[in-house]
Amino acid sequence: MLTLTSPVETPLHRLPAAAKLAALAVFTVVLFRLSSPAGLALALAVVVALHLPWGARFAAHAGRMMRPLWPFVAVVALWHLWVSDPRGGAVVVLRMAAAVAAANLVTMTTRLSDMLAVFEWLATPLARLIPPRRLALAFALMIRFIPQLSDRLRQIADAFRARSPRRPGWRVLVPATLAALDDADHAAEALRARGGTE
Amino acid sequence: MERSLTHVALFAALVAVLGLVPQISLAAGVPITAQSLGIMLCGTVLGARRGALAVLLFLALVAAGLPLLSGGRGGIGVFAGPSVGFLIGFPLAAFTAGWIVERTTLAPGLAAGAAAIIGGIGVLYAFGIPGMALVLQKSLGEASFIAMAFLPGDVLKAVLAGFVTQAIARMRPGALLSRA
Repeated sequence: MLTLTSPVETPLHRLPAAAKLAALAVFTVVLFRLSSPAGLALALAVVVALHLPWGARFAAHAGRMMRPLWPFVAVVALWHLWVSDPRGGAVVVLRMAAAVAAANLVTMTTRLSDMLAVFEWLATPLARLIPPRRLALAFALMIRFIPQLSDRLRQIADAFRARSPRRPGWRVLVPATLAALDDADHAAEALRARGGTE
Repeated sequence: MERSLTHVALFAALVAVLGLVPQISLAAGVPITAQSLGIMLCGTVLGARRGALAVLLFLALVAAGLPLLSGGRGGIGVFAGPSVGFLIGFPLAAFTAGWIVERTTLAPGLAAGAAAIIGGIGVLYAFGIPGMALVLQKSLGEASFIAMAFLPGDVLKAVLAGFVTQAIARMRPGALLSRA
């Protein structure tokens, strides 16, 4: 499956994931302390500058990841122009854009496996509640179940179309869920046969 | 033990797959996906604790960089955006829905439908709307106005969650861990 990590290798990819996450946390706290449009614009400029040296493909990828934010930016901008408070609107928009762009940058430059390793490390204090091996297995199982489940959904939808001129819609949901539950039971049996999860 | 693990992983994957199903736009141009249906089902089928764990597992993989949120969103950035409140509300919504199904003696379908409305809409919006108000610096009233666009779709999904849970109760009673 496609992850959001950028295929363009940058020096940022080589930094340890935990360090990047810590830097992101500090940056986000600073963002919420800043309240002047100029300061926030500077912060956003720093984030943008961190994207630029790695080429157009990297920047375009980052641009795509910001797309879901535009409707909100538009709504906030229009609202603040309407109540004639452009300064307040600028603060909200700049802070949100900088926070999301910085977080996206960390995601784009960190491999999924490195990020999951940090999560597993962060979960070690909870080892009594969530044993580390079960957590790692849960990550792997879920990633494996996603294509399995979408294939199952597609098969059942195709079978429905072969029988009926109507659109399958929600009708495939129950058979797909039942089939998936059976698959999960088989996976559980297979795990138990291989010595279980402990 | 193994079964509980595979079912948690399965429902985390179900939330992801339901978010990938092409979205339909309502008349007002509001995109609705089945993702919140997945959240409701986590609670009504798996019960409070396992349901919340499944949703947390899903959120962990989203944060780790899989584009699994509806609309292909993912990464840590989504936790800094306007929908952060909804993301925080997801596991609590599943927990509440599961708790209600576990504690009532109503027929599974009816209990699940009611639980999906209370947990998947009530609790979810109780976190989502303040989250949106905070990030966009709007009042609660203005934020609820935006969120209300999703209400008709979510009510429909709560009803569906009831039907699906009912079907599981009838055809795979052993898999309905919330009533096990």
